Amino acid sequence: MSFIIGGAAGTALSPLPWKLTDDLSIWTQMWPWTPVPPDGEISYDGSTCTLCPGGCGIQVRKVDRRAVKIEGTPGHPINDGGICILGLSGLQLLYGPTRVKGPMKQTGGRGSGRWVPVSWEEALEEVAGRLAEIRDQGRPESLAVFSGNRRGTIPAMLTRFLTAYGSPNIVTGASLADSYELALHRMQGVQASAGLDLDQTDFLLSFGSGVLDGWGSPVRMFRTNSALKDGRGRLVQLEPRLSNTAAKADQWISINPGTEAALALGLAHVIVLEKRYRAQFVNEFGGGFDAFKQMVMSGYAPETVAQITGVDAKTIVTLARDFSKASMPAAVCGRGAGDTPGSMNEVFAVHALNALVGAVNSAGGVWAVPEPVEYPWPEPEMDETAARGMQAGRLDGAGQGRYTATSSRPEQFFEAIRDGEGYPLEALFVVEANPCYSQRDPETVNAALAKIPYVVSFSSFLDETARNADLILPNHVYLERYEDVVNPGVFNRPFVGLVQPVVDPQFNTRNVGDVIIELAQGLGEPVGGAFPWDSYEDCLEQAYEEQWDALTGDGFWMDEDFTPAGWPEAFETASGKFEFLPEGLEGGYAPLEIEGASGEYPLVLVPYDSMRVSTGYIGNPPFMTKTVSDTVLKGDALLVEVNPKTAAQLGLSEGSRAVLTTAKDSVDVRVHLYEGLMPGLVAMAKGFGHTAYDKYLAGKGSNVNRLIGPVQDPVSGLDAAWGVRAKLTRA
Amino acid sequence: MSTVDEHEKDVPSEDSGGKSPSPPEQKGKATAYVIFFFFVGLIASLIVGWIIFPQLLYSQKKQPIDFNHALHVDLTGDCSSCHYFRTDGTFSGVPTLWGCIDCHEEVQGDDPEEEKFVTEYVWEYKEVPWLVYSRQPDCVFFSHAAHVLNGGMDCVTCHGHIGESEHTRIYEENRITGYSRDIWGRNISGFKRNSWDRMKMDDCADCHEEARDSATKDEPRAPLGRLIDNVIRVGFPGTYADNKGGSVQTQRGACFKCHQ
Repeated sequence: MSFIIGGAAGTALSPLPWKLTDDLSIWTQMWPWTPVPPDGEISYDGSTCTLCPGGCGIQVRKVDRRAVKIEGTPGHPINDGGICILGLSGLQLLYGPTRVKGPMKQTGGRGSGRWVPVSWEEALEEVAGRLAEIRDQGRPESLAVFSGNRRGTIPAMLTRFLTAYGSPNIVTGASLADSYELALHRMQGVQASAGLDLDQTDFLLSFGSGVLDGWGSPVRMFRTNSALKDGRGRLVQLEPRLSNTAAKADQWISINPGTEAALALGLAHVIVLEKRYRAQFVNEFGGGFDAFKQMVMSGYAPETVAQITGVDAKTIVTLARDFSKASMPAAVCGRGAGDTPGSMNEVFAVHALNALVGAVNSAGGVWAVPEPVEYPWPEPEMDETAARGMQAGRLDGAGQGRYTATSSRPEQFFEAIRDGEGYPLEALFVVEANPCYSQRDPETVNAALAKIPYVVSFSSFLDETARNADLILPNHVYLERYEDVVNPGVFNRPFVGLVQPVVDPQFNTRNVGDVIIELAQGLGEPVGGAFPWDSYEDCLEQAYEEQWDALTGDGFWMDEDFTPAGWPEAFETASGKFEFLPEGLEGGYAPLEIEGASGEYPLVLVPYDSMRVSTGYIGNPPFMTKTVSDTVLKGDALLVEVNPKTAAQLGLSEGSRAVLTTAKDSVDVRVHLYEGLMPGLVAMAKGFGHTAYDKYLAGKGSNVNRLIGPVQDPVSGLDAAWGVRAKLTRA
Repeated sequence: MSTVDEHEKDVPSEDSGGKSPSPPEQKGKATAYVIFFFFVGLIASLIVGWIIFPQLLYSQKKQPIDFNHALHVDLTGDCSSCHYFRTDGTFSGVPTLWGCIDCHEEVQGDDPEEEKFVTEYVWEYKEVPWLVYSRQPDCVFFSHAAHVLNGGMDCVTCHGHIGESEHTRIYEENRITGYSRDIWGRNISGFKRNSWDRMKMDDCADCHEEARDSATKDEPRAPLGRLIDNVIRVGFPGTYADNKGGSVQTQRGACFKCHQ
């Protein structure tokens, strides 16, 4: 006992308890397993975001060589310091677990998941060998490339590679931008992308465009909305669902889905009837106006349109008056984020409405924006094999027949392969795209891929398409590579944004541009001769020789002095005028029929976009999924929105389990009652239902694309489906 | 029914007349034992506390490269050539490889340590995992700029004469916290002779209290004024919004200045 007392006294007189207490308190506050980010020099590197077509300038905050935060670039003409949630989450794509860490070969057959890492040399040798073999057999046209992007040097290099190799099959993902370009081509006779002079617009009339849900350049659209809110003007949203855009608009008008063209023509009727149109434009530069006038006067009186659209006649008249009274109005269309091409008659009708109020190439209106530069490379030389291959004709039928002005028809491409139309493909490259997820009816893509003996993915991530490939040659992610972003979003000046590496490549990946150069040179003449560059960076610098200083200095180049062609010079149609009734519209403005019989499928399923979910090639980063409300995704269950009246008829209540069936597929869902949705509809969020990637994304909800098949637009030949007939039954 | 006291009284009476020593003798012996064991315990625990414990607490590690500060200071002139302030005012701390690579791209002398540095780190683009004697826990905020650039302090006050060393010292790592022994100080009891002997919060406070006192000591009414201030502060909290005159440890929110 006394020993213990002595020991206690001695211990108390020694530093042991005091020192231990101190150390333990430090230990408990600094658990050794809590990661502490290393300190270092802080710097900012500028680049351009490529995660959506918006083209925002970004600056990446770095500690030493580690990227720690992505911010918007202040003073950038598109986003001026702003950034969206996807842009902010970009670091999770850079450091995330689903990156492909080096070239990999799938040895157990596609989808087996048995990947063997291979060296770049080995991988490139294999691909070059395969390509040489196909070419030696005299069938170069049986190589195709599917690229997510259409503009910029990478798609240009891919096209160049195929041309020199001898294949016409460069297929690119299609979006609303394609439809707008076609509309400008048919109505104004120009080859240009559509830009919006949003710095001045004072009345933005949106036919279902998700102005605040990812349409155009999202951050630029947010800024525009703020300016309108601050007193510059109004935003009117026409949409069957109370989306974020509708909720924040000055006026939301619920409209039957698919009847937007009719409403635009109804507004035109009122404007023409009340002579509220811009007389100077219509009289001097309006081609086919009399026929147009006759059409809208006879078929689109407000009462008729009210019946078609569900918008009452009085509202139509008031809206038409408001729109035409605005000094700088603009009307836009393309549902949600505009990542599907949509119906041409809708784009034509809405653009004709713009023309009526003179909002074409005018302040605040829609501008025709030409390509910023023409690449200075001479046409690649083709040998006999290549020339013969190029004669074979495209598998997707784009640029031919009715679709001469359409550059690519991705849906038709996969359908043709699936159905064995044309000639069989021997090899497919997939670049910056995930068609096995993001195309409508991905089963068609899967079936098509099954018919192609050799599929090479260049994806940076182990996505659905990469899992379905034989070989992955991983591209750097955007923060590690050079690239160009050309005429992004609906920007209204010729513009190039430079994507620059801000961090060293994290893994054994290579820029797809460099890989193409190496492959071409590996194939020898004449393919190699078309690629005289040492590296992709070389090629990029040569492509933008004059702009290079601005690009590397400011991160972007813009034609500051650009003004759109004045009306007398603007129209290069045969008549030299703006065509109110463009060629190819023989089918008229009848709403496009969607898939499914109304008897069997009494409801209409409409997909919707949100800023919180990325829907395309880029899978949703975990940060974003965290922000999705539990009325959209609860655990792994996806909730579909149904009007309480419709739900009551179907015997469904909040949270009910249900099966959503369309002619294509059926999926399990839960029901969320939402009064903001028109009765008779079911609204489903896009961007869920991944089967690849990681646990943060895979298995969450269902992919709405599985339920919707493409519907071919008769004018563009592109997908115009805005929904599908469906039924919802209690599970 | 007997009480406990009654039983206790009974015990000696039962033992009396036995073979055991007489009570005073027994008591003396027992006291000796008690004292003996007390001292055994005391001395043993003092030995454990003062000698064995400090030895057990720290593991000894060698720096990956034996760095010669004196040589580098001779060549470059001062500390700030390598330990500099960045343009944004942050302090660079221990140089990274990019700071060394300018001179050490190739082996310059015949020191095997330099050769090791060049071949194993520079050529391999690998950062040297230096063991930092002055590394503080992550929650401690310390601004070199405030002390050196604004306060005009020199490096020696906190870091000692490290610039004169020709070899790196053994790094003693606290097995519990993982930080260097230099933070608590070599002296286990926590006493220090020089300002650079320790780097605990009290050592920060020593200096800050001195600074506070020296700021007010020339004022004749200072002690009285301070007393009145303190009375007001205690009696009517919130009177002084910013607690002007408080030390770095007593100001409102003072803890969170360093413990972020």
